[in-house]
Amino acid sequence: MILPPGRRAPDFSLNSTPDQKVSLSEFLGRSVILAFYPADWSPVCGDQMALYNEVLPEFKRLGGELLGISVDGIWCHLAFGKDRKLRFPLLTDFEPKGAVAQAYGVYAPESGTTGRALFVIDPKGIIHWSYLSPVGVNPGADGILAALESIH
Amino acid sequence: MAKLTLPVGDRDHAQGPASALVTLVEYGDYECPHCGAAYPVVKKLQEQMGRNLRFIFRNFPLSSMHPHAEHAAEAAEAAAAQHKFWEMHDWIFEHQETIEDPDLLDGGKSLGLDVGKLTKDIQSQSFLSRVMEDFQSGVRSGVNGTPTFFINGVRHERGPSYEELHAGLLAAAGKGESRPPYSPQTRSW
Repeated sequence: MILPPGRRAPDFSLNSTPDQKVSLSEFLGRSVILAFYPADWSPVCGDQMALYNEVLPEFKRLGGELLGISVDGIWCHLAFGKDRKLRFPLLTDFEPKGAVAQAYGVYAPESGTTGRALFVIDPKGIIHWSYLSPVGVNPGADGILAALESIH
Repeated sequence: MAKLTLPVGDRDHAQGPASALVTLVEYGDYECPHCGAAYPVVKKLQEQMGRNLRFIFRNFPLSSMHPHAEHAAEAAEAAAAQHKFWEMHDWIFEHQETIEDPDLLDGGKSLGLDVGKLTKDIQSQSFLSRVMEDFQSGVRSGVNGTPTFFINGVRHERGPSYEELHAGLLAAAGKGESRPPYSPQTRSW
């Protein structure tokens, strides 16, 4: 089950580039948005990560740092991020596969991917809001913005 | 159920009367092929429903995916300042493959716009804040891609085909209690 608000967000350390790791604990003191999504290269215009790329200034204005997470490998992430001109890190939950998604209760074993899930974590590292979307539905950004606003 | 957070008002570009039975709001991107496909669908709905339908277009440019979308949106807003929003809106969707800045200016010229003013408005991004205001209102309303439609302020959850939009509009029209029921057979509009 998806981790609910009030729980401490499990720490992790995942690659954002072949030689760089990003840890959740680096962000203590700031709000973090974790966007788990099933796969790079989703073939639709309404692509969730492309939308978040456009909303990024608003996330930042509200003090939120955005991290995208899927089980895709790092080279796949790099190609995808470059193609879509994404201005936020994509983390690879690749080895052991889906371990972070499992810790957050959002792994989808039937497809072998992470589910489509959102977490807003407060500056103390506590989950402030979480949401699991049906896998085919792009959950948009309104829930994230409302959650960020309600932290302060 | 996602709702329109910025109500339809004087700031909007509207076709059809404020007293229409149903109001359809589109959040669209001028370079998005799905919005291009929805353009004739909306025209057909307007033709079919006449004065029972009010249509409003708001900007939702996904700029990193569609590099020309934002300037196109600004050009349409600049045309609005010259009282030709819908002419420019239509021109852009009808020339969606070629909407670089010089093309937008050519389009404006063909519509009889003051091209000097249009050039200045595009170059100095006079209407960027207006476009971003539309965009933010969409994000807050749960717009997750383009096109997204709202019917009487509630997000249309089904597809952007004529059949699905028409069904959604008819259902919303049927719910209006203080107004006479809408009948698709009525041809007196």
